[in-house]
Amino acid sequence: MAGHASKQIDSKTLWGGKISPFSTSYGKLMMWFFLVSDALTFGGLLIAYGFTRHAFQDAWPIGEETFNSLPFLGHGFPLIYVALMTFILIVSSVTMVLAVEAGHRMDKKGVIKWMIATIIGGFFFVGSQAWEWAHFIHGSEFGKVELADGSQAIVKGHFGEISSFTVITAGDHHKVGEKITEDLLHEYQHAASEGHILNNIITLHDGSTAQINKEANEHMELIIKVAGAEHKLNEHIEEKDGASKMYEEVINSGVSNRVVYGANLEQNEYGPQQYGQFFFFITGFHGFHVFSGVIINIIILMGVIGGVYHKRGHYEMVEKTGLYWHFVDLVWVFVFTFFYLV
Amino acid sequence: MLRDDIIEYSLDAHHSEEAGKGLRKKIWKITLYLTLITAFEVIVGMSIKQSSSSWWIVKWLFIGLTILKAAMIVLSFMHLGDERKTMRYVILIPYFIFICYLIFIALYEGTAAGQAMPGYIS
Repeated sequence: MAGHASKQIDSKTLWGGKISPFSTSYGKLMMWFFLVSDALTFGGLLIAYGFTRHAFQDAWPIGEETFNSLPFLGHGFPLIYVALMTFILIVSSVTMVLAVEAGHRMDKKGVIKWMIATIIGGFFFVGSQAWEWAHFIHGSEFGKVELADGSQAIVKGHFGEISSFTVITAGDHHKVGEKITEDLLHEYQHAASEGHILNNIITLHDGSTAQINKEANEHMELIIKVAGAEHKLNEHIEEKDGASKMYEEVINSGVSNRVVYGANLEQNEYGPQQYGQFFFFITGFHGFHVFSGVIINIIILMGVIGGVYHKRGHYEMVEKTGLYWHFVDLVWVFVFTFFYLV
Repeated sequence: MLRDDIIEYSLDAHHSEEAGKGLRKKIWKITLYLTLITAFEVIVGMSIKQSSSSWWIVKWLFIGLTILKAAMIVLSFMHLGDERKTMRYVILIPYFIFICYLIFIALYEGTAAGQAMPGYIS
């Protein structure tokens, strides 16, 4: 590794056109230049995010309030999942550097072993990001609510389970007295955002109305994200201050657009519109880099297995894809800090 | 095809089994550091709220630790620390000058834009 880079070159040889002043090959240098330009792209994105965040100040969502879920385990684990994703990516970066190290010893088996480990790590990360996106898009059970005074609040707590809907008046589909037990949460959320729930009676798609059989929500907390006439920004309304009642009032008001679930490019339950857009663009652009990195790694792995680089006498191609792969890890370190932590 | 007008720098990158052992040890050591820093960041992020008065210390701590992690990745995993000094600076200096300028201008402008256009944030 030290090799040529630490050798003395006399100026006559150096500027004679036969040797690179950097003692690196053309390919590796160009990979570095590409990475610098790509780093500027990501830098631009994160700085645009910083600009918007500074413009919104305290109205911006807080990472640990937004990202606090784990697959299968539910809520209450702030940032653990992202930390796990970071760990996966760091480990896959390590396996890549071990593949490069094996290449320097012309250890073909070692290169294959560590590159396969890297590719597996890469797929794990892309899969984690898919879950993260799905979770972000679907949102919480509660959504974001617009309170009576015009303020908007995000909601924390335990969502009481919906056991069934009992049909009161018949529609095209359902008969009176029928118990509906399928797709309850989805129907409930859709009706709530459309204003189709009034006094615990839901109007379903087919025009029938039904009684909602639902357990009470517990440990509710409302956090104000847009100030209104009565509530200040970042005010916490606890259970004892009537959080449940205020939330129920919104859901049961029969007025549309007072509750937002999940996220799309136009609105999201976490904060300002731009927050969702930045989330999709920055993590999406990074995820695309990871995905293309995995594909490039697979192509190079095929070359390694085929013995192309062994015949060439060096594994510099592995080193070059390694540079790209480490760069992806490097970008994630910054995304992790600026999107999730601060 | 053998060409004598191209110098294969990559051939100089070979190292022995012996040297490999030391390098691998260094790699695992840096892995440990990166993992510990990340775990530390998450624990601090969970326990100190953004509304607390000491948050600004935490924020700068996070930024410092991020740059430390980035330095470890770039200098060690990407081997930029082992390259020639000229190459190291050709990569790093222009980037840092530009990015520092951009951070300065964008964050100040962002605060100003938020104050000047309250409508922008609703």
